[in-house]
Amino acid sequence: MAEIEESKACWPIDHLRMDIREIIDGIPVGVALISPDLRIHAINRAMESLTGFNRKEAYGVPCRYIMRNNLCPIGCPARKILEKEDQISTEGDIINLARQKVPVIINLSPLKDHDGKPIGVIETVEDISLVREFDQKIQGPSSYHNIIGHSPQMEEIFKTLQLISQTDSSVLITGETGTGKDLVAEAIHISSMRAKGPFIKINCGALPENLLESELFGHKRGAFTGAVEDKQGRFRMANNGTIYLTEIGDLPLSLQVKLLTFLDDKEFYPLGSNKPVKSDARVIAATHRDLNKMVRQGTFREDLKFRLKVIRIELPPLRERGDDVRLLMNHFLQHFSKKFNKQIKGFSLNSIPIMLNYTYPGNVRELRNIVEFAVNLCQDEVIHPENLPSYLHESVTMGVPVTDNPANTSSNTSTPLMYRESLYKATSHFDWEKIERQMIAEALAQSRGNRTGSAKLLGWGRATFYRKLKKYKLG
Amino acid sequence: MEKILITIYEEDVAPRFDLSSVVFIASLNDKRETIERKTIVLTSASPEELCHMILSQGITHLICGGIEDEFYQYLNWKKVEIIDSVIGHYEEVLDLFLKGRLEQGTNLMFQKTQG
Repeated sequence: MAEIEESKACWPIDHLRMDIREIIDGIPVGVALISPDLRIHAINRAMESLTGFNRKEAYGVPCRYIMRNNLCPIGCPARKILEKEDQISTEGDIINLARQKVPVIINLSPLKDHDGKPIGVIETVEDISLVREFDQKIQGPSSYHNIIGHSPQMEEIFKTLQLISQTDSSVLITGETGTGKDLVAEAIHISSMRAKGPFIKINCGALPENLLESELFGHKRGAFTGAVEDKQGRFRMANNGTIYLTEIGDLPLSLQVKLLTFLDDKEFYPLGSNKPVKSDARVIAATHRDLNKMVRQGTFREDLKFRLKVIRIELPPLRERGDDVRLLMNHFLQHFSKKFNKQIKGFSLNSIPIMLNYTYPGNVRELRNIVEFAVNLCQDEVIHPENLPSYLHESVTMGVPVTDNPANTSSNTSTPLMYRESLYKATSHFDWEKIERQMIAEALAQSRGNRTGSAKLLGWGRATFYRKLKKYKLG
Repeated sequence: MEKILITIYEEDVAPRFDLSSVVFIASLNDKRETIERKTIVLTSASPEELCHMILSQGITHLICGGIEDEFYQYLNWKKVEIIDSVIGHYEEVLDLFLKGRLEQGTNLMFQKTQG
């Protein structure tokens, strides 16, 4: 009894030190006992081999010098345990005396006295480098150039891309908006024999017909008013490289014939010229439209469709890629945390289901924007539901997906916020001013602070947008 | 002229080189006396930027805590002398360095244990 009474006056674990050392030495992961002033009281053998410090060197030294954990400078986990938290379990890394960075799982729990008051911290550190290595081996290729995915559909696409890179045939990439068609086109070029040649990209829907023809095939001086000098055109620029035609479904019929001729003969006639020009360019085309339907409607030539789709890659929408959502969430989180110099470690347990239950009509691009938005707003170490755009909560609470026809979403994704506005207005029980403020913030984040772009996204005039900015003091 | 850079955290040598956002630089004359002292706060912690700063500032000696081998080898190759795994108040550490007694793994917070 006398011993127990005495133990209340000082750090009671002192009286058990020898026993505890024997106990912790038997534990196969690194264990440290940390005193309330955050100094090492004892470490076990596993911790000695993990950190490189022996227990005599470590005794009495502030724990951050022994653990050398990446979490120490950004918010000491042991201090958090002593102040308020019951338990912390997180991933991190340490740098040992051999100058190796070791990935670890860290667990901290309080040591409490008879009154439940914390009198120290017990920390376990587990080396997970072998697990990481093994994970990489069993998971196989999870990315191809900049395209990331673990789902069976994506793994199949990665295999196909490796094969395509060895051929020189035309490729047609299809898939909903935001599925990564541009990345796939770039990956095919970079991994092909033409990698040292140019990669020329042109959006067939971005220019009026006459300008597009000149842009694609070039023109002779005097071919039309304003043609004061010869222009070589993108097809000639792509000689010995790849020409990537995005939104091929928007190519006017007259130019479809010219493209067909090029695919057949590898030559074309610039505007106003009688001499054919040869160009050895590989054609990769992409569209989010249904070309079969367009052929039936007579707006796309069937023979061109067949010539383009020598090899066809259909990119799956994100909602069909299963665990890839989680993978991409973490990938973009790391990317934006680094970009914005934030120390965000992950998503909170209640924000993950919100992200996973959303249908992502804008696919990977939309997921990327959502994570960028959340990282911008997040002031903590993890992303909470309130950091996510409010329309994600709507889709969960209302029990309806944000889009009712995800397969045909071009109109939704082109004006997503306008669509959401109508959705918000339908829910009278929500605080409209709060939602409107959130929408403006979202629009600004999406358009990277461009006010004209934000106004356009919201479907508002500039004056309305500026008035609302002033109203919500967002200017 | 010798120029010493110490990565610091609060008043001590920073436990990790790659996470240091504050550095102390001391310039010495030929008699090994300090002629200039300055503390620089970086906008963010980045080992690459630290390496760049060390080279651009003409640092001859780096004193730090834990450093990853990649950066150690790089700076070593660039002829920067590195004394790493140092534990202690940065002024005391500098003092020890100037006396020629600082070495890799110097622990000024060492407490004698009973065990």
